[in-house]
Amino acid sequence: MRAIHVQDIYKAIEQALLDINTRLPPDILAAVKHAIKKENTERARKFLQIIVENDELAHREKLPLCQDTGMVMVNLEIGQEVSLVGGDLTAAVNRGIREAYKKGYFRPSIVHDPIERINTGDNTPGIIYVNIVPGKQLHIEIMVKGAGSENMSQVRMLQPSAGLPGIKTFVMEVIKEAGANACPPLVVGVGIGGNLDKAAFLAKKALFRRLDQPHLQVGMALLEQELLCQINQLGIGPQGMGGVTTALGVNIETFPTHIASMPVAVNISCHLNRRTRITI
Amino acid sequence: MKIHKITLPLEDECQLAELEAGDQVLISGTIYAARDAVHKRIFRALELGEKIPMELAGQGIYYVGPCPAPPGKVIGSAGPTTSGRMDPYTPLLIEKGLKIMVGKGDRNQMVVAAMKRHGAVYLAAPGGAGAYLSQYIKKAEIIAYPDLGPEALVKMEVEALPCLVAIDTRGHNVYHQYDKKGTEKLEVNVWNSETTAD
Repeated sequence: MRAIHVQDIYKAIEQALLDINTRLPPDILAAVKHAIKKENTERARKFLQIIVENDELAHREKLPLCQDTGMVMVNLEIGQEVSLVGGDLTAAVNRGIREAYKKGYFRPSIVHDPIERINTGDNTPGIIYVNIVPGKQLHIEIMVKGAGSENMSQVRMLQPSAGLPGIKTFVMEVIKEAGANACPPLVVGVGIGGNLDKAAFLAKKALFRRLDQPHLQVGMALLEQELLCQINQLGIGPQGMGGVTTALGVNIETFPTHIASMPVAVNISCHLNRRTRITI
Repeated sequence: MKIHKITLPLEDECQLAELEAGDQVLISGTIYAARDAVHKRIFRALELGEKIPMELAGQGIYYVGPCPAPPGKVIGSAGPTTSGRMDPYTPLLIEKGLKIMVGKGDRNQMVVAAMKRHGAVYLAAPGGAGAYLSQYIKKAEIIAYPDLGPEALVKMEVEALPCLVAIDTRGHNVYHQYDKKGTEKLEVNVWNSETTAD
């Protein structure tokens, strides 16, 4: 067994959160710069240039890219030959969040109860998933998700008879409904299969894949391309004020499902798509 | 596209009639930062006829919950939040004199109807660029509801805060004025038939 101290986990999460809140992922920045060349209107180009300028300023001044420093999602893939020592894993993850949000002067955006809505003051708790995988390493996926885009995300339990056309129609409906609210240009994660919660998890998981890495299955890679093309023909554009870049990318993940089910989830991210993957 | 300079609170409300959907506006002066929780409290107070901790006549509200100010800065990142969540409260605030709203995303029919009736405008600031926008905020002071934390009511002094007119006093709406090629309107959000002709 390889021992990993939970203190190393909290420190790694803290550092990752300080980084992703203040700098665009390289694939996203490249996609935004590419989109500037494709836009036809001054208004759309100007907005995309502001995204680039915002990134430079945020990095230089150590300011968060967006005041909505989001709810933190942490997906732990723990090698089964790893032994976690030194304390409670959940507490360590939340400590990483707490320290990062204090040190970074990030906005605490979590309320302790969905009805009473009193701010917890330190952006905890995060949403934590744990998976046990083969090996001696600990992989940690971390995402900071603002509510503007999360609020426009949806899951639908389609019937198997709806087939591929049903999936495409649903994805397009969600994007049209999102309109300007989710801060386009969007990154679109689609989860197909599993059950209600698995589809939603897959859609979020899809947002972690780099935009320059298409799905490994050719059929799915083509569907990603087709959906991106259709979404960008809606005209919603940067900031929702018209243009050819409504989305920077579409990523799909699938999972086996029940003979009677075809769950589809669409998890929308704004143009920041703040996420990273680290290995301990 | 025209560029307008507006100073808040407004001295001449007729100025707003000159703004057209799509125009650029630079906002200077005093603006209140208020989002969901403050709107809920203010709306309730107004309904009960109680005093509220801010002026509304001729004023502007920026829908923002800023990040805390790091040492040596006036404020942290401070970009707009989704305005639609304030829609249930907004018509009453407009009735009481609110003239300018700054946020992101479309508004509902009730809000646009109140804007047209009372000559208010809705401006969009670039979403997801909070660090960039914080440069235009020169002062920020919590004036009420500190218990709401990042949602407290803040009085801000801004200088040339860059915005676009999203919906003007005639109800013309920039979110409805394009199609696949950026010329006509999109099929979604069809309620505002007036914008079709633009």
